[in-house]
Amino acid sequence: MELLANIALGFQTAVTPMNLLYCLAGALIGTLIGVLPGIGPVQTIAILLPTTFSLPPVSALIMLAGIYYGAQYGGSTTSILVNVPGEASAVVTCLDGHQMARQGRAGAALTIAALGSFVAGTFATLVLAVLAVPLSELAFKFGPAEYFSLMVFGLIGSVVLASGSMIKAVGMILLGLLLGMVGTDITSGVHRFTFEIPELSDGIGFVSLAMGLFGICDIITSLEKREKRDILKSKLSGFWLKKDELKAAVPAVIRGTLCGSLLGILPGGGAILASFTAYMLEKKSSKHPESFGKGNIQGVAAPESANNAAAQTSFVPLLTLGIPPNVVLAMMAGAMMIHGIRPGPHVITSNPSLFWGVIVSMWIGNAILVLLNLPLVGIWIRLLSVPYRLLYPAILLFCCIGLYSVNNNTFDIGLTAGCGLLGYLFHKLECEPAPLILGFVLGPMMEENLRRGMLLSRGDASIFFTRPLSLAFLLMAAALLILVALPAIRRRRENAFKEE
Amino acid sequence: MPIRRFKDCFAGIMFLFFGAAAMFFSVRYQIGTAARMGPGYFPFALGLLLALLGIALIAASLGKTREKQAPPSFQVKPLALILLSVVMFGLMLRPLGLLLSTVILVVTASYAGHEFRWKEAILNAAVLVAIVFLIFVYFLDFQVPIRPWFLPGRI
Repeated sequence: MELLANIALGFQTAVTPMNLLYCLAGALIGTLIGVLPGIGPVQTIAILLPTTFSLPPVSALIMLAGIYYGAQYGGSTTSILVNVPGEASAVVTCLDGHQMARQGRAGAALTIAALGSFVAGTFATLVLAVLAVPLSELAFKFGPAEYFSLMVFGLIGSVVLASGSMIKAVGMILLGLLLGMVGTDITSGVHRFTFEIPELSDGIGFVSLAMGLFGICDIITSLEKREKRDILKSKLSGFWLKKDELKAAVPAVIRGTLCGSLLGILPGGGAILASFTAYMLEKKSSKHPESFGKGNIQGVAAPESANNAAAQTSFVPLLTLGIPPNVVLAMMAGAMMIHGIRPGPHVITSNPSLFWGVIVSMWIGNAILVLLNLPLVGIWIRLLSVPYRLLYPAILLFCCIGLYSVNNNTFDIGLTAGCGLLGYLFHKLECEPAPLILGFVLGPMMEENLRRGMLLSRGDASIFFTRPLSLAFLLMAAALLILVALPAIRRRRENAFKEE
Repeated sequence: MPIRRFKDCFAGIMFLFFGAAAMFFSVRYQIGTAARMGPGYFPFALGLLLALLGIALIAASLGKTREKQAPPSFQVKPLALILLSVVMFGLMLRPLGLLLSTVILVVTASYAGHEFRWKEAILNAAVLVAIVFLIFVYFLDFQVPIRPWFLPGRI
């Protein structure tokens, strides 16, 4: 019954007026940016990170987590009503969701998306609560060798499950690890790659890098495309599900939840992968695969449940092992470190109220979203009519003000412009920046564990292959690499990301 | 041999450049031994891997069998103007103050778009100045110069 006591502790932390307010704020902001295409949770967390500095860490994390799962709700709304995915993880929802809207069942599609997300969120919160304690206890047995191998596995996994070229993704990881080396070396005090710039002695600021690569670069690349957005007004009515719709949707919600919960935990997993996989599974296992894409409610229920479940279970590896499984969680890891909390197994023991408070707040946030989302649909849709040409200068402005407030210096603003230029180059060369951020966050930890491990073994690298857990992680990483290199699987992987 | 895949080739050159640079600087810091790694050891290893990867990418981009890939297209206007507006904001913030810098940033950034209209951009800037003033000056008491240096008053 330790679990109950822990959850009670979480409620004590999460249910204070202030934390409820930040939970609400995070969920609302998340929904808002989920609705707006062209800005996702990564950019928003990067932009809002500086504003959370003055908050206590619990409130900051509650709000940032709210942005992530709130975005999953918001993304589905525009997918269904306007056929514009506000969020990458809501792309598949367009297929059947918008068809349902055209058939006059927009209300039902929104309802099942919201309810499915809530069921999934509740289940995923439970998974997180149940897995947290045993996993973090396991992590305490890890030595430097295990940590190093786990990070190798995590980084490789994030590459394999992401889209795009494998070699480039590995290169981006290495580049990220290298960028993480900039600054003062902890062991020797030597300034590395600082080029005599005093501002760089603490390393490249996480906020600058993330905001440059995602926020500013995204604005530039969106401006290269011409804005075209046709608002199709579909009538909103009939929020209640019909009996046969409910009968079809319930098992799909359950399958989507399970699929999403599992994929969220894996390195490289997360909301986007989960929603695609759940949709494909649903289509493959259906007796009427031809009805998908024509307004099948299962095609809304499964991916919407899956993306929300995955958004939440992806906190498991971060909070228990200290390894962010995807780029949004890498942002969360960055946020935790800025607040002086090192993500990892000790968070749960040294800071239990923060840990359980954040978990419980996710469940509360999900409940808030269900209650708020349906009544607010009209407002969200109207927001879509704000043209991008008015929106992006505002985004840019808040980026810059936020950047200045990190250290009260203007160097960070210039550095961000540089990172934006770099991000633009990456975009043009089709190198995805997400693995770079992951590498950047893990770089210093990886070096530290490698050094310690080799020191313990007196320079014998076999320590990584003789300790069973460490070997297991390395073997899994190698297996993933080989699997992807096989031609048959490679083709399938490319198709999986191209489909739809 | 003709370059078949431009994006891969340039990405390879980029990786090779960063890898070589990392190796070049790492040698100046102490490399150390495997048992006692110096500050240069890990970055050197990373740089070596990155450089090798870059060479592999370049080599693969030259092969005749691979499908062709178009060279990337660049648009200078949005890139230059957006970056310029950010850099200018950084440079002007202290001397000109938050409010004037906001106007400059918003107008410059708006100019980068396809449909720029002076009236609209200035109206947008005015609204944002009001929002910024309300949130950052009034509520958050943000520590930043507000007005230009030549006007008297609070910082």
